Amino acid sequence: MWVFLVTEIMFFGALFTSYIVYRSLHSFAFAEASRQLDITLGTINTAVLISSSFTMATAVYYAQTGKKRMIIVFLALTILLGLVFIGIKVYEYYQKYVEHFVPGSSFSFPAPYAREAEMFFTLYFAMTGLHALHMIVGVGLLTWLVIFAERGRFTPAYHSPVELTGLYWHFVDIIWIFLYPLLYLIGRHLE
Amino acid sequence: MTEHIVPIRVYAIIFVTLLTLTAATCVISFINLGRLNAVVALVIAFSKALLVALFFMHLRYSRRLMQLVVVAGLFWLGIMISLTMTDFLTRGWLTYR
Repeated sequence: MWVFLVTEIMFFGALFTSYIVYRSLHSFAFAEASRQLDITLGTINTAVLISSSFTMATAVYYAQTGKKRMIIVFLALTILLGLVFIGIKVYEYYQKYVEHFVPGSSFSFPAPYAREAEMFFTLYFAMTGLHALHMIVGVGLLTWLVIFAERGRFTPAYHSPVELTGLYWHFVDIIWIFLYPLLYLIGRHLE
Repeated sequence: MTEHIVPIRVYAIIFVTLLTLTAATCVISFINLGRLNAVVALVIAFSKALLVALFFMHLRYSRRLMQLVVVAGLFWLGIMISLTMTDFLTRGWLTYR
């Protein structure tokens, strides 16, 4: 699982690298575009995702100690928080669509450096989109775990699926931990 | 393989710390520190990632080999970023000749 996660580091790493390159080339346009994002929703989503990591870790604890009810309760809580995250993200995408910040023919940007700002939003959608895709896969895996937990498949001796899905879920959380400051925070004061 | 069971109390402490750091990084981003803003935000992000990896992902209790795999992965990412940046950041130098 860890080796898979390392390949995922490189997968997202390519996007992080392109972000660093374009930010260093067009830092002011990136800062201006970054200020168009909704910092409140971004912060709420960070808190939601961290909470989901906590409930996931707790689910792993109950899998290790073999408490079937509690495994299901905490897996379900994790799914719920994951769906809340995706829901808020969809709302943010919708806002960006209404404000014409989706890159393409309808893109418009009120300030100068419109092309560079479009680059920011391309990276914004690519990075958060790939992240959201991972969340959707994660919710799918968790649903599968709930079904298996319901059938009593997980015992203190055998619970690797819960643990490995946990690793995946925490990894996706870590990606967001970096996306949040890079996309929402660090451009706030650059003039 | 014997595994280490992390008590929920530890998870709760990490959880509260992570939320506190999130609130801190958000509040600090509203204060103008110039270039330091990015530095502070990234230091907090790295600390949060480290806490998640060490405790939620049990890396602190894992075998050396697992830890090595992760460090190696980050090392290669470091190579990719630093070699890319040595290219992009030095392209302008030629024109000053």
